Amino acid sequence: MKSLEELKAIREKMQNQVGLRSEGEEQTRVVVGMATCGIASGARPVLTALSDAVMQKGLKHVTVTQTGCIGLCQYEPIVEIMEPGKEKVTYVKMTPEKAMEVVDQHLIRGTVVDKYTLNSVDIK
Amino acid sequence: MTEISLNVLDVAENSTRAEASLIEISVLTDTSEDTMTIIIKDDGCGMTPEQVAHVEDPFFTTRTTRKVGLGVPFFKYAAESTGGSFKIDSTPGIGTAVTAVFKLSHIDRMPLGDINSTVHTLITFHPETDFLYNYRYNDRSFVLDTRQFRQILGDVPLNSPEVSDYIMDYLTENKQETDGGAIL
Repeated sequence: MKSLEELKAIREKMQNQVGLRSEGEEQTRVVVGMATCGIASGARPVLTALSDAVMQKGLKHVTVTQTGCIGLCQYEPIVEIMEPGKEKVTYVKMTPEKAMEVVDQHLIRGTVVDKYTLNSVDIK
Repeated sequence: MTEISLNVLDVAENSTRAEASLIEISVLTDTSEDTMTIIIKDDGCGMTPEQVAHVEDPFFTTRTTRKVGLGVPFFKYAAESTGGSFKIDSTPGIGTAVTAVFKLSHIDRMPLGDINSTVHTLITFHPETDFLYNYRYNDRSFVLDTRQFRQILGDVPLNSPEVSDYIMDYLTENKQETDGGAIL
């Protein structure tokens, strides 16, 4: 069984380096729809992939959060990216692989991945 | 829904929206009884008897964005289609408990799936909420209590990268040791 001793070690290691995260207006928000529709379409692995990538790549200006039903259930899993001072971008029918492209292109390089956006699909 | 663990994630999200401060999730397998029992219990706002009576109806929801709510009906159907049972006990101001019993060996029992990811997602994305997770396989079990974790961690948050990784490892290793990989 994994012991709680390791947790104590983590605390001792991190105690002195807990910096307040800047949650100010400069923060980019990545929001994943996690209602029944999102979860049933595969939002859980998308959320995990996004938050792991943001942590691993050290993107301190990005916060990954979840929300309920966005109202476009047929396009789930949906990921919305809100950058300060820019229009919201809605990515639809996401997978962990597509999410990695969005991290590399959009969150790191600042280029919207047009082929996955809601604007690129035909609205019926 | 393709996994029981996704139903757990979905139904537990309701508890967070009910402003629960403690959510207890139990996954209890008993091979001699041939059952897998899932309990999601919260101390949130609870529901009136009228709401409880309605909540199993797909065309009832508290949301305003849409007129249907499928979370609870999916979970109920998944349990009952294995010859199991489903019930909701709720009291306004006290909380809600959802209990689903699956017939373990039934051909229609969907896999438990990645329950570790479900619990990990709930804990790391609801840093204000406490979780008590109890995983049991016959007479073996383990517990993850975020209140205990918080006590050890002090002001180090549960969703900091190191702690988040530790939680996933804790869940994975302990589940493996508890059920020996028998539960899928």
